[in-house]
Amino acid sequence: MVNTIDSTDAISDPFAAAGHGARPHPPHRSEKVIEAKGLDLTFQTGDGAVHALSDIHLSVERGEFVSLIGPSGCGKTTLLRVIADLERPTGGTIAVNGVSPAQARLARAYGYVFQSSALFPWRTIANNIALPLEIMGFGRADRKQRVRENLELVNLAGFEKKFPWQLSGGMQQRASIARALSFDPDMLLMDEPFGALDEIVRDHLNEQLLRLWAKTKKTVVFVTHSIPEAVFLSTKIVVMSPRPGRVHEIIDCDLGEDRPLDIRESEKFLEIAHRVREGLRAGHSYEE
Amino acid sequence: MGNPLMATLTTPSELAQRRPVFRAGGRFDRLVPILTVVLAILVLWYVFAVILNAPGEIDRAERVGHPLSFTQTITATMDARRPVLPAPHQVVAELWKTTVATPVTSKRSLIYHAGVTLSSTLLGFALGTALGILLAIGIVHSKALDKSLMPWIITSQTIPIIALAPMVIVVLNAIDITGLLPKALISMYLAFFPVAVGMVKGLRSPEIMHLDLMHTYSASRAQTFWKLRGPSAVPFLFTSMKVAIAIALVGAIVAELPTGAVAGLGARLLAGSYYGQTVQIWSALIMASICAALLVVIVDAVGKVVTRRMGVQP
Repeated sequence: MVNTIDSTDAISDPFAAAGHGARPHPPHRSEKVIEAKGLDLTFQTGDGAVHALSDIHLSVERGEFVSLIGPSGCGKTTLLRVIADLERPTGGTIAVNGVSPAQARLARAYGYVFQSSALFPWRTIANNIALPLEIMGFGRADRKQRVRENLELVNLAGFEKKFPWQLSGGMQQRASIARALSFDPDMLLMDEPFGALDEIVRDHLNEQLLRLWAKTKKTVVFVTHSIPEAVFLSTKIVVMSPRPGRVHEIIDCDLGEDRPLDIRESEKFLEIAHRVREGLRAGHSYEE
Repeated sequence: MGNPLMATLTTPSELAQRRPVFRAGGRFDRLVPILTVVLAILVLWYVFAVILNAPGEIDRAERVGHPLSFTQTITATMDARRPVLPAPHQVVAELWKTTVATPVTSKRSLIYHAGVTLSSTLLGFALGTALGILLAIGIVHSKALDKSLMPWIITSQTIPIIALAPMVIVVLNAIDITGLLPKALISMYLAFFPVAVGMVKGLRSPEIMHLDLMHTYSASRAQTFWKLRGPSAVPFLFTSMKVAIAIALVGAIVAELPTGAVAGLGARLLAGSYYGQTVQIWSALIMASICAALLVVIVDAVGKVVTRRMGVQP
């Protein structure tokens, strides 16, 4: 516990102040949902200190789809975990919805989707989606309603009574997205959610995720190491580089709202993908 | 030979699926090894019955003045009145006599004695399981308890129960606690250990990812316990309860020995050894192992039903 996050500093920021409190706001003007300044994180391990994040500056506005991309060890997952209050930074400031990550977590600011579905094997799909609702004290009728709505949202209606092992990997991951959305957080934090799936399922889920994002207007922070996935999904791509993990470049990805799968053959798509690839290469050219 | 399709079609699992005889014979396949072992034990048992009982029988016949021929010796060892090692059929006959042929209410009924032992076994098992779970919860949730309790829990099991049981019984008798409870406490003393160790492991078994998930929901410790740690520990609980119920029975029998108890399998063992009734000892032993097997099977079956209900992949 080297550092407690200085949230007063963040609140004094005029942009962050607008986002004070965690419940949904009218999305009519740009608000900073995440604001990191000079973020630093060093893990103390048995082998000595590991500098996981170094001087990270990042701001994410409401409704954006931001991808964090980089090679393994670049701290992209760690950064996401800091936003989610699963790790404490050792330096710098970070504000989520204008408050500290811990306060934002307590205010149910985000739903988190892990690399694997992390469904509880002893709960049916419906009960898995109801898990956060039970913990947060939603009433029985409300729970039922939300479970139904979110199952429909991820096209899993009819699978309520199945156990996770009875579903394919892609369906399990969809169920875990429904679980993250069940309590209607402003923000979705996704840590390589489709990394373990094959490419065909992955394409399909990418399309579904875009549609879901358009429908729900959530802010999404998405960790990936796939360039096409990042370009296809994002409005903003944060290219990170390793040892120590830092932001190398931030690339705007203005492909517009409507993105059919074959947009990936368009010139603009390829151009952005090329820029991301160049950025990744430059980011750790000092290696080898 | 050179056909790759054929090669892929004849994997071992494919072969197994194509041979219905093997699949239908599953039960038979399981019985054969068990029956083979039983048969081998019976043969050995008979051989040793002859070897161990022969000297006594020959000696006795000589004292009476009627030396035995070889076949007569064999026959005599099969039906000795006070054998060193009773032959299996003698034990079976004694078991039959004291279970089926005797009313359950009689003091001579082995079922009555088994019932006495079982009642303190079950009480001790219930107490031991509860104590084990409580200790595990404390250990998992408190670093101080983890550091302070675990060494004592392990030390407790290094004391021979045969040395401890008489003292516990005598002390409790002195403060007028008699009957079922002292015996159950000995059972509990043995039974809590596997449950405590198993449950500590079980309650710590959730993946980091699941714990992180609960953290993102800002779940309280109690919520994490009831919704994650508890359910994760259920398979561990049943595995350790299977061990616990078997040693609870051992505890109950051992507890009956020093008290000069008049009823129970332990009392039967003791009476049998006082009067040199080896047949009675062996039948009590067999009864005890039948009880233990039944108890373990019951716990296992309950465990299977519970985990099936919890959606475990069959």
